[in-house]
Amino acid sequence: MLPERFFSDRFNVTPSLMERLLGGSLSGRVDDADIYLEYRINEELVLEENVVKKASRHVSQGAGVRALSGTRTGYAHTDDISIQNLEEAARQARAIADRSSAGGVLAVAGRGKPHDLYTLDETPVAANLERKLDLLRKLDAAARAADPRVTQVIASLASEEIVTLVATASGWTVGDVRPLTRLNVTAIAEEGGRREIGSWGGGGRVAFDWFLGEERWKRYATEAARQAALKLSAVDAPAGTMTVVLGPGWPGILLHEAVGHGLEGDFNRKGVSAFAGRMGQKVASELVTVVDDGTIPNRRGSLNVDDEGTPTGRTVLIENGVLVGYMQDRLNARLMGMRATGNGRRESYAYPPLPRMTNTFMLAGPDDPEEILRSVDRGLYAVSFGGGQVDITSGKFVFSASEAYLIEGGRVTRPVKGATLIGNGPDALTRVSRVGHDLALDEGVGTCGKDGQSVPVGVGLPTLRIDAMTVGGTAV
Amino acid sequence: MNASADLLASVLRRASARGATAADGFLVEERQFSASVRLGQVDTVTHSRDQRLALRVFASKASAAASTSDLSRESLERLVDEATALARVTEADPHAGLPDPDVLIREVPPLDLEDPAGHELTPEAKIEIARRAETAALEADPRLTNSDGAEHWDRQARYVYATSHGFAEGYATSAFGVSVAPVAADNGGMQRDYWYTTARHRSALESPESVGRTAAARTLRRLGSRKVKTAEVPVIFDPDTAASLIRSIAGAASGPSLYRRASFLLDRVDTKIAAPSVTIVDDGLIPGALGSRPFDGEGLPTRRTVLVDGGVLRTYLLDTYCGRKLGLRSTHHAARDGSGVGVGTTNLTLQAGAADPKDLIGSVGSGLYVTELIGFGVNGVTGDYSRGAAGLWIDKGELAYPVEEITVAGNLLEMLQRVEGVGNDLILRDRASAPTLLIGRMVVAGN
Repeated sequence: MLPERFFSDRFNVTPSLMERLLGGSLSGRVDDADIYLEYRINEELVLEENVVKKASRHVSQGAGVRALSGTRTGYAHTDDISIQNLEEAARQARAIADRSSAGGVLAVAGRGKPHDLYTLDETPVAANLERKLDLLRKLDAAARAADPRVTQVIASLASEEIVTLVATASGWTVGDVRPLTRLNVTAIAEEGGRREIGSWGGGGRVAFDWFLGEERWKRYATEAARQAALKLSAVDAPAGTMTVVLGPGWPGILLHEAVGHGLEGDFNRKGVSAFAGRMGQKVASELVTVVDDGTIPNRRGSLNVDDEGTPTGRTVLIENGVLVGYMQDRLNARLMGMRATGNGRRESYAYPPLPRMTNTFMLAGPDDPEEILRSVDRGLYAVSFGGGQVDITSGKFVFSASEAYLIEGGRVTRPVKGATLIGNGPDALTRVSRVGHDLALDEGVGTCGKDGQSVPVGVGLPTLRIDAMTVGGTAV
Repeated sequence: MNASADLLASVLRRASARGATAADGFLVEERQFSASVRLGQVDTVTHSRDQRLALRVFASKASAAASTSDLSRESLERLVDEATALARVTEADPHAGLPDPDVLIREVPPLDLEDPAGHELTPEAKIEIARRAETAALEADPRLTNSDGAEHWDRQARYVYATSHGFAEGYATSAFGVSVAPVAADNGGMQRDYWYTTARHRSALESPESVGRTAAARTLRRLGSRKVKTAEVPVIFDPDTAASLIRSIAGAASGPSLYRRASFLLDRVDTKIAAPSVTIVDDGLIPGALGSRPFDGEGLPTRRTVLVDGGVLRTYLLDTYCGRKLGLRSTHHAARDGSGVGVGTTNLTLQAGAADPKDLIGSVGSGLYVTELIGFGVNGVTGDYSRGAAGLWIDKGELAYPVEEITVAGNLLEMLQRVEGVGNDLILRDRASAPTLLIGRMVVAGN
C-alpha cells in the first residue's frame, strides 16, 4: 500500500495539495512546518476463563498541522481529514508564527531514503480472526498445563496498522505503513490462600505467524505460569543499598530511565536535564556503550521514518562511558545546531512530535554471565521488570523488579517479592563493574510515556553488575 | 444533543438489522485548546477537535465492541458490520448484556458541569494566564533560574449515550487547568517540582499567581536533597500522595480484579481492612466537581457510594457485567474508555479526620514526609507496595531537610491498618482527593 495513494483515494488529499497548503499558508512566516496524516486500525482480543471477553476494533484518523517559529510551536489537529479542515488547522497553527518577528527562514528537513524494516506478507490486523482466537485458547491451556497452581489466565492479542504521510515545508513528502502486534499472557496462581500474578509476552512489527514460529506463544504461556508460581514462595525483598546484577534483555529498562530520557534533545536544549551541558564528559563506567537504534528490522521500537519524515538511525549516546550524543527531532536539532537523528515521534495525529527513544540498549561486554553472578557475595539478581519512571531534572529514576532473587555467596538463592530499585541517572552507570557477553533485546512489549504521549519502544541489555544501588524492599 | 442522538439511533438500528439482539453506543465530542509558555515566551499552542463513536453489540450472549473517529455514513456502516461480525465469532458469556431498562436514569439531574462563558477568552488572554503563573513562580526566588514551562488549557466535551431499547440521554462538561513546573538550582544540583489547579468552572481555578507561588515553594524546598539511612519509621503522605493510595484501594475494589481473584481485597466485604479513622467515599453527584457525572457508562444514575466506612470495606465497585458475574448488582461505576466498558470512580475521597497536619508532623520523632512518589511498584494482587519517593525528613516533630533517592515500602493492607492519623485538610482538588495521612510504620530504603 502506498500512503500517498491511500490518502488521495480516501480523502482527496494529495501530496501536491499538501505542498500548496504549506507553501501558501505557511511559507515565509515560519522556520519550519509540516502536515501529518494518519489512519489507524486497532484490533484487540482478550480471552479470560477460556471465553472471549473482549473483541474490539477501532478506527481513528486525523491530520495535524504544525508551524514552527523560533522556539514556538503552533499545532492544530482535526479528525476529519478534508482540505477545508486542513486549511483551518493551518490558519490556527500559523497564528503562533504571526506573533513572531523572525524572518521566516525554512529549516532543511532531515531528508534521506526511508528504510524498509517491516514489509510483511500479511499484516497482523488482516490475519484470520479464528486463527487468532484459536491461539489464545491454546495459550490458556498451555499456561494451565504448565503449573497446577494456575487458577486464572488472561491472554490477549493486540494488532495495529498505521498509515502515515508527512509533508514538510521544504517540499519533502514521505509516508510509512506500520504494522505492530503484541501477544500477552497473565497467569494468576493460588496456593494456601496466597495469590500471585505472573505476566509474559512479546511481539513487534511482525506477522501473526511469527508467534507460531519457534513456539514463541508457548514460551510466553509457560513463562507467565512459572513466574506466578515462583512468586508464591517469594520472601520479602531486602531494603537498602547493595550490589545488583541485572539479567539480559528487558532489564534494559534501566537504560531507558537512567540515561535515555535525560539524553532527549528537548530537555537538554531547555537545560532541565540532569545531563545538560555534560556532552563529552564521563557519565558512565568505560565498560558502558549505549546506543539508540531505530533501524533494527521488525522490532517494536523501529521505524522506517520518524513522525516528521526523517529516516531513523543508529545514534551512539554513550561511548566507553563518555556522553557523545542526544536524540533529536527537527525542532530541537535546529535550535541546538545539531542534526535531526530520526527520533521525532508522536503518539498520534493529536500530538506534536517530541524527541523520543526507539530501541535503546547497551553493547555487550567481555564477561561470562555466570561468572558475574559468582563475583557477588551478597546482592540482588533481577531478571524481569514492570514499569519505570524518571525525574529528568534531579536525575532520580526507578524501575520495579517483577522477578528477582537474592544472591548469597555467589549463588542465586531465594526468589524475592517485587521491589522498586532507585538510582541517580548521571552516576548509576559509573558503578557498572562487569558487563556480560550476552546482549539480548527485549521480547517486544515496551511502551514509553512522555508528556501524556505513549509510543512503542524497545530496550536491551547484557548481564550487568552495578556495585551499589538502592533496593526498596521491606526486609531491614 | 438531537443530531448526536439521531446519529446514534441510526447506528443502533443498523446493528439490529445486522442481527444484534441488543446494542448500546456512546458518542463523545471534544474541543480543546492549550497554550504553554516557557521563560516568558510562547512555547506551544494546540487547537483540537475530536469525536468518537463507540459501539457495543450483543448477539444473544456474545458481544463485541468497535469505535471510530470517522463519523461519515460509510465509516459508520463499516463499524456496525465489523462489530456484528466480531460478535458472531466470540463465545456466549451468560453474564453479558445491557443493564435492565428499568434501572436506567430517568431524569438527568443538574450537576453544574458546564461553563460555556469560561471558554470565550481569546487565545492571547489564555496565553497570558500561563505567562502569569510562570512569572509568579520565577519571581519568587533568585534560585529559580529555569523553567520547564507553564500551561493553561481548557476543554469542552459533550457525551451522549443510547441503547437499542430506545434510551438516549446526554450531558456536557467544561474543564480548565493551569500548571507550572519551575526549575531551581544551587551548588548541590537542580530540582524541579510543579503545581496545578483544575476545575469545571474558570472561576473555581486557583489564581495563576497562587499556582506559581506554590510551585516555587515546592521546588525550592527540594534544593539540597539528600539520601537517608534505611530505616523503619512513621511515614506521612501529603494530600496529593495520599490520594494516590486511595486510587490503589479503589483499583483493588474494582469488579474485574475481583472476579479474576486478583485483588488483595478479595472476600473482604464487611470486614475490617483499615483503621477506624479511614472512611473512603466515591460521590459522583457533587455539583461542579471534576469527577461528577449524571450517569455512568451504561446509563445508570450516579450515586454516592461509601467504599470504606470506619475501616470496614462496605462494597466493591461494579458495572453491570461484573455485578452479574459476582452475583451482585452494579454499583453504577461503569466507565467508557476508548475500547469498551470498564469500572471507574467519580469523585473519590478519603474523608477528613480531626488532626491538624502540623500536629501529625509534630507527633513524629523521626520519619518521612512524602511529597512525591514515582514508579509503578504497587501489586494489586498482593497489596505489596514499593515506590520511589521524595520529600522531607521529619526530625523531632519538625520538617528538617529534603530527601530523595529513597523508596517507601510496605503492604497496602498493613498500611491501612497502621493509619494513625488523618488530617483535617481535605480539599477536592482532583478526581481523587485525600487529607494528610500518617502511617505508623513503613520501610524507607536509602543508604
